[in-house]
Amino acid sequence: MELKSNTPEGPLATKWEKYRGTMNLVAPNNKRRIEVIVVGTGLAGASAAATMGELGYNVKCFTFHDSPRRAHSIAAQGGINAAKNYQNDGDSVYRLFYDTVKGGDYRSRESNVHRLAEVSRNIIDQCVAQGVPFAREYGGLLANRSFGGVQVSRTFYARGQTGQQLLLGAYQALSRQISLGNVEMYNRHEMLDLVKIDGKARGIIARNLLTGKLERFAAHSVVLATGGYGNVFYLSTNAMGSNVTAAWRAVKKGALMANPCYTQIHPTCIPVSGEYQSKLTLMSESLRNDGRVWVPNKVEDAQAIQRGEKTALDIPEEERDYYLERRYPAFGNLVPRDVASRAAKVACDEGKGVSKTGLAVFLDFAAAIQRYGKSSAISKGIQNPSEDKIIELGEAVIKEKYGNLFQMYEKITADNPYKTPMKIYPAVHYTMGGMWVDYHLETNIPGLFCLGEANFSDHGANRLGASALMQGLADGYFVIPYTIGTFLSKEIRTPKIDPDAPEFMEAEKATQANLDRLINIKGNQSVESFHRRLGKIMWEYCGMSRNAEGLKKGRQMIRDLRAEFYNDVFVPGEVGEFNPELEKAGRVADFLELGEVMMMDALDRNESCGGHFREEYATPEGEAKRNDEDYAYVAAWEWDETEPRVHKEQLEFKDIELKTRSYK
Amino acid sequence: MKIHLKVWRQRDNDSKGYLEDHTVEADEHMSFLEMFDVLNESLVSEKKTPVAFEHDCREGICGSCNMVINGQPHGPQSGTTTCQLHMRSFNDGDTIFVEPWRAKAFPVIKDLVVDRSAFDRIIQSGGYISVNTGQAQDGNAIAIEKDRSARAMDAAECIGCGACVAACPNASAMLFTAAKVAHLGTMPQGEVEHTLRVQSMVKQMDLEGFGMCSNTGACEAECPKEISITNIAMMNRSYVGSVLGSEKSV
Ligand SMILES: Cc1cc2nc3c(=O)[nH]c(=O)nc-3n(C[C@H](O)[C@H](O)[C@H](O)COP(=O)(O)OP(=O)(O)OC[C@H]3O[C@@H](n4cnc5c(N)ncnc54)[C@H](O)[C@@H]3O)c2cc1C
Ligand code: FES
Repeated sequence: MELKSNTPEGPLATKWEKYRGTMNLVAPNNKRRIEVIVVGTGLAGASAAATMGELGYNVKCFTFHDSPRRAHSIAAQGGINAAKNYQNDGDSVYRLFYDTVKGGDYRSRESNVHRLAEVSRNIIDQCVAQGVPFAREYGGLLANRSFGGVQVSRTFYARGQTGQQLLLGAYQALSRQISLGNVEMYNRHEMLDLVKIDGKARGIIARNLLTGKLERFAAHSVVLATGGYGNVFYLSTNAMGSNVTAAWRAVKKGALMANPCYTQIHPTCIPVSGEYQSKLTLMSESLRNDGRVWVPNKVEDAQAIQRGEKTALDIPEEERDYYLERRYPAFGNLVPRDVASRAAKVACDEGKGVSKTGLAVFLDFAAAIQRYGKSSAISKGIQNPSEDKIIELGEAVIKEKYGNLFQMYEKITADNPYKTPMKIYPAVHYTMGGMWVDYHLETNIPGLFCLGEANFSDHGANRLGASALMQGLADGYFVIPYTIGTFLSKEIRTPKIDPDAPEFMEAEKATQANLDRLINIKGNQSVESFHRRLGKIMWEYCGMSRNAEGLKKGRQMIRDLRAEFYNDVFVPGEVGEFNPELEKAGRVADFLELGEVMMMDALDRNESCGGHFREEYATPEGEAKRNDEDYAYVAAWEWDETEPRVHKEQLEFKDIELKTRSYK
Repeated sequence: MKIHLKVWRQRDNDSKGYLEDHTVEADEHMSFLEMFDVLNESLVSEKKTPVAFEHDCREGICGSCNMVINGQPHGPQSGTTTCQLHMRSFNDGDTIFVEPWRAKAFPVIKDLVVDRSAFDRIIQSGGYISVNTGQAQDGNAIAIEKDRSARAMDAAECIGCGACVAACPNASAMLFTAAKVAHLGTMPQGEVEHTLRVQSMVKQMDLEGFGMCSNTGACEAECPKEISITNIAMMNRSYVGSVLGSEKSV
């Protein structure tokens, strides 16, 4: 299969402008007759559904949540990037584009990323107009902070709840379109299949989660904005309900899954505390602006901490290894996530971990408290402040910046991070891989589009902090409303699609059979137990570092686990009722297939890049060794029960010179 | 630690509910919901139907989780959602009652799961600023005082969980509605539609069957985001002003 990116001709900087100026449009009277299905109400889905409603399309929007506002986007903490250059610190569209391509270790598509950087500026304007209460300076203008992997301050934020505020903005815009009758909202509906007619995406089969009944929905086009699949690892920072089902069912109908092995492991999460643990909690990357990461120099000191005989405060300054500052002086604690995570793993592998399990490093705010305390004393005109006063003033500054994060940390761990350093460890956080899409965000199935974390398009092998929110809203507010027009302008003569067409009836029957199959296995093991076991296999063999032998073994283990699942899983209750266990069973079944493809993708990629670290391909200092000669391609996988197949899109870099990514 | 649970079970809104006894072996580092995971895991292993409860982010931001624990929405710890509550807040041997939100406007779906779509309809009635994508001016065109923006943010932090309704003896949705009115009305961008917004949202709130506010303050006390009751005063002022002073009315 040939994968065409359908990138417009012309110089990179003007492609998007030219595209918008010359694309075919759908006239307003035709828009009223055209139906679009949007699955998902996170940043990507809610913004897309609202904007297409505003344009006059007939939109049906779906979420498995009880309300659009509960989408996982709500949990994003740190911020959203935009090339506004309000700080006059040298930012520009080109720099954001460059940072993103470099941060992604040169495995993303230039044209898509440049467009993202261009529209990033409109996003901030739009959100401000919606009333999003972004953080502000004393002069009343928008405030910024920096995130990892860049040297400018371009991140906009709303305390530690940026995702919540942006999502509420999009949710409110969506609510307005619902009240105007332009969008029909279906809460508690889970898409379980994609319906194709003559090769084009024409609708979905969704299960009404309250009644358990399947329903058929038809449209001229289908947009998936269903989020990432990090929960294939069982433990991740994702919300419990995040899953791959919508995307995966589309893959089973012929769509392709691109770069599934590119997983982002976030360096600053609260470490695992016990077997019962259900999810991991992120401590926003913004903390690395002020927190210093360290472990003891000596293994003996680390062991004493592990046994509870010493604490961080017992380790004198000269016995500490601030390993990020030592190894990467140019970026220090603000190196990108993949680099920071691997460095933490290296430290813990050397036996220098600082928790009972040995799997944690310190994130220390003492120096920042001192620094802020002193400057605060000066600005308040306090002469010769006492040590206590400095600490009091410094803690107040830290509290204003990160109060809710510190509080969250204390609630979970019962430790006070103002007084003793936080303990953190990397955890699965984000999936750069996703459905393969072209420049239009259209998959290889005509009429099927994919937005947000669910697609693969912009972050290459590693995403920079605060760029997922940017991408979700770029896709939904500013890209899909245009690019879907290119497809729909050819559909103005297509009559309303009939949800009783044979293709719909067949898909419904197959979906029903699938549900019946799960409930009728009546085995002995819970869905949860299979999910947990899958997660362990993924983390062990396809986690922070991977090797060929482990990946082959992991693949076989997943195949065995899948067979066991279909023999021995127990799903209580019935299909035709509200049944959360059945929902979970379907999602875990899909993870059991996706996991296999992730292993194969990681095995296929004989190089290290971004979040994908193959032990065989490393420099003597342990840095990732990329292979641009052979692997500068997107690996797009076609599902097949016995042997999934890979298709390749060669990446072309015309505007950026491929360099070894260095943060030293 | 051993925990005795009395958990509300109810097949659907038409069935009668009852309290069911369970004993769970918990760990003090577990979250309250992880303790429920343990309970459900053991129910499933006995081929019984697990307790249905709502949850998603498990970090206190999505507003999904909703348990009335020993009579208090989200349990004993102030400023904390059910998912952020940890078992160290309880003692070995404790008996804990767990029930759903109770309000006419929040019908029970199953066990601890209730239907909170009334909140969505309140927002749909006017909880937004009418700006289409593409109509915005530059983000820094209007300077907004830091304090003012912070006050808007204080109100905007509402997670829409409904604890305020569950806490209120009249099952009033005033705090939820007022928080949105205050958030948008405090931002200059939201001022233009403020009057109409207040009227529409209050009207929808009444239509949904939420009760009257009688100023008991229970909503503020139980709100996991500590949204201030002063928002209600602001909304009341605007509402009265709009009904008396404006020709526009809904
Ligand atoms: C803790 C945390 C903090 C983060 N912080 C930041 C940050 O500071 N900055 C940043 O840029 N990024 C951050 N991210 C990443 C970012 O939040 C996500 O990548 C982004 O919000 C994803 O948005 P989305 O719209 O693609 O998907 P989601 O928000 O995950 O939405 C998915 C939607 O699809 C629906 N759905 C899924 N499957 C189905 C189905 N089968 N049927 C019906 N509906 C379905 C869901 O109900 C939901 O509405 C963070 C992530 C986490 C986990
Ligand atoms: S589960 Fe999201 S707030 Fe509790």
